[in-house]
Amino acid sequence: MLATLKNYHLLQNIMAKITLLKTPPERVLFMATCLCDAFFDEAAKASVEVLESLGIEVIIPDAQTCCGQPAFNGGDWKASRSVVRHTIKVFAGEDPIIVPSGSCAAMMFHGAPLEFEKEDDYQAVKETGDRTWEIFDFIYNGLGIKEWEGSWNGRVAVHSSCHTRGTGTTEAISSLLGSIENLEILDFAEPEQCCGFGGTFSVSFPNISRNMGNLKIENILETKPDLLVSGDMSCLMHLRGLAEKSGRDMPVKHAIEVLRDTVKSEQKTNVLTNH
Amino acid sequence: MSSQIIDQYANKLGEDVRTSVHTGSASGTDKRFKVLFDDLPDANGLRTTAGNVKQHTLDHLDKYLEQAERALISNGAKVHYAWDSETTCSQVENILKQASARTVTKSKSMVSEEVGLNESLLKKGYDLVETDLGEFILQLDGDHPSHVVKPIIHKNRAEIARTFEKHGLGEYNDEPEIITRRAREFMRAKYLAAEATITGANFISAESGRLCIVTNEGNSRFGLAGARIQIALVGIEKIVPRDADLALMLNLLGRSATGQALTVYTEFISGPKPVDSVSGPEELHVIFVNNRRTEVLDSNCREILRCIRCGACMNVCPVYRQASGHAYRSVYPGPLGAVLSPLLAGAEGFSELADLPKASSLCGACNEVCPVDIPIPDLLLRLRDKGKREKSSNAATDSPPMGAWSWVAKSPSLWRASLRSANMLNLLPYEKIPFGPLGRWTKDRTLPPWRGGKFRAWVKNREKEAK
Repeated sequence: MLATLKNYHLLQNIMAKITLLKTPPERVLFMATCLCDAFFDEAAKASVEVLESLGIEVIIPDAQTCCGQPAFNGGDWKASRSVVRHTIKVFAGEDPIIVPSGSCAAMMFHGAPLEFEKEDDYQAVKETGDRTWEIFDFIYNGLGIKEWEGSWNGRVAVHSSCHTRGTGTTEAISSLLGSIENLEILDFAEPEQCCGFGGTFSVSFPNISRNMGNLKIENILETKPDLLVSGDMSCLMHLRGLAEKSGRDMPVKHAIEVLRDTVKSEQKTNVLTNH
Repeated sequence: MSSQIIDQYANKLGEDVRTSVHTGSASGTDKRFKVLFDDLPDANGLRTTAGNVKQHTLDHLDKYLEQAERALISNGAKVHYAWDSETTCSQVENILKQASARTVTKSKSMVSEEVGLNESLLKKGYDLVETDLGEFILQLDGDHPSHVVKPIIHKNRAEIARTFEKHGLGEYNDEPEIITRRAREFMRAKYLAAEATITGANFISAESGRLCIVTNEGNSRFGLAGARIQIALVGIEKIVPRDADLALMLNLLGRSATGQALTVYTEFISGPKPVDSVSGPEELHVIFVNNRRTEVLDSNCREILRCIRCGACMNVCPVYRQASGHAYRSVYPGPLGAVLSPLLAGAEGFSELADLPKASSLCGACNEVCPVDIPIPDLLLRLRDKGKREKSSNAATDSPPMGAWSWVAKSPSLWRASLRSANMLNLLPYEKIPFGPLGRWTKDRTLPPWRGGKFRAWVKNREKEAK
């Protein structure tokens, strides 16, 4: 039997925020990410709507740009640090920062502190990272919401993005989606294998990246899903792009959109009762 | 326009080699997972502990190296220190000369590959045979290992059968059992004739001076039975503080490497043969090899020296699976090699291998399987930063420049303008600047429709409605 997802969330190489927040925040800052800013507004909207349906006020700083990860991964730490410095200013304060991306969240709480190790403003970077959450990790582990009301008819494959290794995200997505009525979660082969996106990797190593993506797509399509979801739009953009170019049908969505779609009808009342 | 060297290598790789490497490494990953998590209640806890033990040893290596030396000497071993490749080879040669030994068996040792020991001794006319089956096949082929545990992972049995036929080891037959039997017959005579044997060591206990060598073929044992002299090449990072630590390390090594609870042969060597023993080497020489390890220890990537050479990181690595070990152009392939090889190349050789740390999607699977919990992705990132700072051309190949992007990402107004005009397409890092907009991306992928600014417009609209 191949490795199952369940055993892969145990590691703590990336700091996991597995502690329940003592008091649920009334307000959060939302970091949309550059990909949602440019391509995937639906995922960003769904995130805001889900958070609001939980009675949380969502502040969306207008000056936000990017977490700095492209340059960080590319090795240009100097350029990356300059972007991070902008970002920590934009997200100053004490409110939790919620990100609809495991990758950008990990950049905030793991990557940025790494490249600031020897910098004077390390503490500010670390402090910002410490209150940054990937959205599913936040709902499931931070707020302690372990089940999701609602119904969604279909078979869903969950791609566990690599930057959520060692965080609570994978379990959070599988458990929350798994608790939705009529929604079946599919197990596919080699879930621990990367999709091959890797940011600049996808263009610096185009052949390897494509081959990795095709392996992932084959494993996923084998289970005949109605929908592929993930906590990272970047993986989905790459996988969907490969599938579409080669004429394979593979609908994708951010996992948060499924949560939103199942609460949409009750959402307004929920917000009203809480505010 | 070309992509990175390793990507080009992967693209040209023969389908049979890719299949061999992929199948071999994927099965290694599956077996590891099953055995490790079925057998051990808290395998990940053990990985953390093992990482701490190795890191502690590295942090106090001066002390433990001295302690190991004292223990070895009191066990009757002779201890040598070799600073670099050349010294290592010449020390081995000197020992062989003094013992008038010309015929030598050798079991698997990655550090011997590192220092080029085989080439050096064969050039001087020594009769040297590799006794690990995989290494023996490589010796016949004039090839090099492409994996630290399964050195011939890139070969299939038909290829091996042809090699045996070519070297007069019997007519073509690709049955693994026949191949193994033929190698054994050839090897037995060598064991009996050999005057000296060269081994590596998986661990060495500072407390007792015990060398620990693991094999699955028993070849190192046979080597010891026949030879008068044993020379053990040991990287200075192989030390563990106590004998008890061996229990932890061995529990993780076999499971991580080959999915075995324990390798078939585990030898503990406390010194040369006692006077009243019937067989075994009369002399034991331990050569502690540095070969830039102290430089690595001094760098911000010192955690890589925890490595116990299990190969789990390369087995799980999707890039290794596509590219094969030889793509890494160095002794150590895969994620381990992507960190260690550029460092072992030293200041003058770093630039040549500075593309290796880029050969990763930073997926982190290597860290997740590492028995000594080396944060490999972090080390790859530190080396990327080093490559950039040192302006290595190999590191820069095909990596989009980040200058323009970072300017825009620092300025909210430029950022918003870019979003509205789709100008960001010319700035986002997945795009190859000299290749025209998005050329590299769109060769194999579609791009989703541009919706820059839509989310912000939605937010504004809601704010208006709320008022």
